[in-house]
Amino acid sequence: MTTVDLDPGAAAARATEAILHDTLHGTARGVVVDSPPGAGKSTLVVRAALELAEAGRPLMVVAQTNAQVDDLVLRLAEKNPDLPVGRLHSSDSDPYDKALEDLPQVRTSAKAADLNGLPVVLSTAAKWAHVKVDEPWRHAIVDEAYQMRSDSLLAVAGLFERALFVGDPGQLDPFAIVGSEQWAGLSHDPSASAVTTLLAHNPGLPQHRLPVSWRLPASAAPLVSDAFYPYTPFRSGTGPGDRRLTFAVPSDGSGPDQVIDEAAESGWGLLELPARHTPRTDPEAVRAVATVVRRLLDRGGAATSERPAAPTPLTADRVAVGTAHRDQAAAVRTALAELGITDVTVDTANRLQGREYDVTVVLHPLSGRPDATAFHLETGRLCVLASRHRHACIVVCRAGVADLLDDYPSTEPVQLGTLVKFPDGWEANHAVLAHLAEHRVTWRA
Amino acid sequence: MSLITTLARLEAVATGRAQPSATVRHRHLSAHPLVFVPLTTAGEAGAPLGALVGTDRDAPRLLVVPQPRDRDLRFTFLAELADVVLPYIDAYAASVEAAERTETDPETGKRVKVEVELCADAPQLIVPSRAGLDFVRLLGRSMRFRRTAEQDPEAPYPAPPRVPLLGRWLTHYGERARVPGSSLLLALTDLLSRHWATGQSSLEDQHLGALLAWIDPPRDTSGAEAARRAELARDAAGQLLCPPAGPATDPAFDNKLLAPAIERYDRARSALAAAEDALAADDRLAALTAAEREIRDLVASRTRPTWDAVWRGLDLLRTLPEGARTEERWTRDRWSFTGHRDRVLAGEPPQPRRDDAVTAANKLATREREQARLEAQEALDDPLVMAGRRLAGEAFAGEVTEVVLAYSEGRRPSPRPLVTVRTDDRPHLAEGARVYRSLGGRPQSAEFVGYDGEDGLVLRILDKMGRGKEPEPGSVPEKGDGVCFTLFEHEQRGGAKLPDPEETPWTHGGPPGEAVPEAPDTVTEEDAL
Repeated sequence: MTTVDLDPGAAAARATEAILHDTLHGTARGVVVDSPPGAGKSTLVVRAALELAEAGRPLMVVAQTNAQVDDLVLRLAEKNPDLPVGRLHSSDSDPYDKALEDLPQVRTSAKAADLNGLPVVLSTAAKWAHVKVDEPWRHAIVDEAYQMRSDSLLAVAGLFERALFVGDPGQLDPFAIVGSEQWAGLSHDPSASAVTTLLAHNPGLPQHRLPVSWRLPASAAPLVSDAFYPYTPFRSGTGPGDRRLTFAVPSDGSGPDQVIDEAAESGWGLLELPARHTPRTDPEAVRAVATVVRRLLDRGGAATSERPAAPTPLTADRVAVGTAHRDQAAAVRTALAELGITDVTVDTANRLQGREYDVTVVLHPLSGRPDATAFHLETGRLCVLASRHRHACIVVCRAGVADLLDDYPSTEPVQLGTLVKFPDGWEANHAVLAHLAEHRVTWRA
Repeated sequence: MSLITTLARLEAVATGRAQPSATVRHRHLSAHPLVFVPLTTAGEAGAPLGALVGTDRDAPRLLVVPQPRDRDLRFTFLAELADVVLPYIDAYAASVEAAERTETDPETGKRVKVEVELCADAPQLIVPSRAGLDFVRLLGRSMRFRRTAEQDPEAPYPAPPRVPLLGRWLTHYGERARVPGSSLLLALTDLLSRHWATGQSSLEDQHLGALLAWIDPPRDTSGAEAARRAELARDAAGQLLCPPAGPATDPAFDNKLLAPAIERYDRARSALAAAEDALAADDRLAALTAAEREIRDLVASRTRPTWDAVWRGLDLLRTLPEGARTEERWTRDRWSFTGHRDRVLAGEPPQPRRDDAVTAANKLATREREQARLEAQEALDDPLVMAGRRLAGEAFAGEVTEVVLAYSEGRRPSPRPLVTVRTDDRPHLAEGARVYRSLGGRPQSAEFVGYDGEDGLVLRILDKMGRGKEPEPGSVPEKGDGVCFTLFEHEQRGGAKLPDPEETPWTHGGPPGEAVPEAPDTVTEEDAL
């Protein structure tokens, strides 16, 4: 295949050109872009927004959370400080990032009418749903479209004529807090993702894919690609030697230090605790996570990457801890505070989506569990947790997860008319575990 | 499973009795519910075998289909069921009170209050188990598109007059049962397991006999022992002592008792059809009647224990006082009932087979809102449920140790008192997080400011203090007060309005076009076995 030989930069540029061409000059009402983790999705959205604005087409941007909207506003302002931008926000207190107030070209309002005539207006899907217009926008960009629910697209789709849908199909699917089996198999199942519904009704829309992950290192891209994107492979933008993680303080020989060295060397590390059934907030595993983070910060880490060339110190803001549940995140935060660490991000997979760090420490979703439920097996959850890092990912887990997986094969009922998602969580979990097993450090906390 | 549920289940195992997981009853129970205990035929979806139905625990009406595959007999059954259920529903539909509702005026587009009727009470349907709920839906689906001879003289198998109407009502009840916290149609196993935690898995809790055995075991028997007996014990003939609550029957019953009885019935029927003279016919009719009687007895023997168990379960539930906010949710059920009554009266067609995009999205939004409302209301109504939320870090209770009056900045400073609460709970609070407490039934919000020592939380009260410079008396907690704040909101905001179905956007397939009445189900070969 010719694309494999192509330089990653050139391959990515070619894909971006095709996307922008279809968006600006195509005839289809929608364009869909699949983007693997760290493939420059936000860069694409910003670039498309600027070009649409330049072409004089009024543009609305739909993102899913306020943080995402603010992030896009800041990026737009950075790229083109002269472009007037509208930030539509909710009427709650503290509805947007205070940094927006320092930007003179950004107008903020809780009323869409106040932002009339601005070339670009950005807001969340939830806020857009309350907006009424006589004349629809010529164009829209829907960001994180795979995390948007079909019913929330239904509420905003009347606001625009055409749209660019961008998102990552491998991350967590949107969910409903009540059962929605009743609509499974319908093309307009309200609990499905916006893209699923869009493509079911408009199968002819052009679909593109960003082929290069700039975030994931060469050690991670093949695994994440094989395990979570088996039919739409991607590769890393950097080669095997381009990223290095070094530590000034040598290992003290303990489990956490060994796993840190293993991860620095190979990009992956598995700190395995003895097999045991535990409550969700497994105190030993939580303490192991906290200890690993403490040692990461204490050992004077330095990350060398292609941008910038000089090593940057591994500081607390470049490290994150990922968990499956909120109570686990809270327990880890408490354990970290006891070790004197308060500024490391600790969050669930849902909230870590779209974020990027140098090193991540992950409490495996199945660690210590007596059963494997659909929630814990969800492909997207593991994919998010295993694809936030630029350098290394350390997984803390109880032994025996492979046996647990074998004891609980997926048993979700097959619904007629729905697309079966590949790979299923069972298979993806096994693929990741098999790879992690090569980087295992066993430790008795 | 939450930590407190796990704890309650462990306690149940240790003590041998189910433990309460609620101190009040979180669902409305009608004074005169209609209990429906259906049985279905094995291997034949939607072929009822019989049912016990009625509002009088001592006098249930027994309905039986002696040959479940005979569609005439099935229609007779459904017509008889309609004769019991529809008069019960009609009685409630007739008694109304005046109420107000906001509607959009079609001419001005403004929201205006209109005077409408609201049924004073609504009929309540109780089935033994969750499978019973599905069976109600299945019956509704199988009946609502039938055509009566009056509607369509050409219909090959016209349904008895009131059967399609019963189908529409059962469909409405089946759909309403999917709304969290609704009480129009309830499964008793769901009701009981909401209020008691047993020492078995939630799957096992769906066996009504086993569930009741844990909650109310016979004297000198542990719940586990009694539950095991309810699940497995058989008599000398190999039949279960506690028949399953249905609609599915025990295979041993099907094979050893029911199948031979139906065969005898079939033979008697053929013999009667072949009778050549009146005298022979008389004898054979007697034989047929006897065969039918035998099947009736069999169905009665399998439904009656469940019928009694349902009423016993209801008695147990009635020992709990009703939760304070249960009535409000029941009022929503009454609106739902009144709404469907009005649609039927207005001559609207039966519910479509599939929801369109807008209807489905609206239903999902409603159910998510009701789920959040239910979770909040149950916690506010019941200290035991609140304890579970506190244990999960979603609420905290404690004593006020300090109150400092402070004011907001701005042109007109308003009171923003700082309240310190000592608590042993460990809520998952981020700085600036909102917390809420119930003040005279209305939520008052506060903001988490920071920690004060090991167990002190400093909160800034934000609202419900009146318009004056001084907070209204009683609106700010005082030193020494016991308070309980939640991290979840008490009331749910309404969602955004979705487009009308005629304006379905292109992403969802565009407008559905002119509505056409749904065709009746086509007759298949299986229908005429």
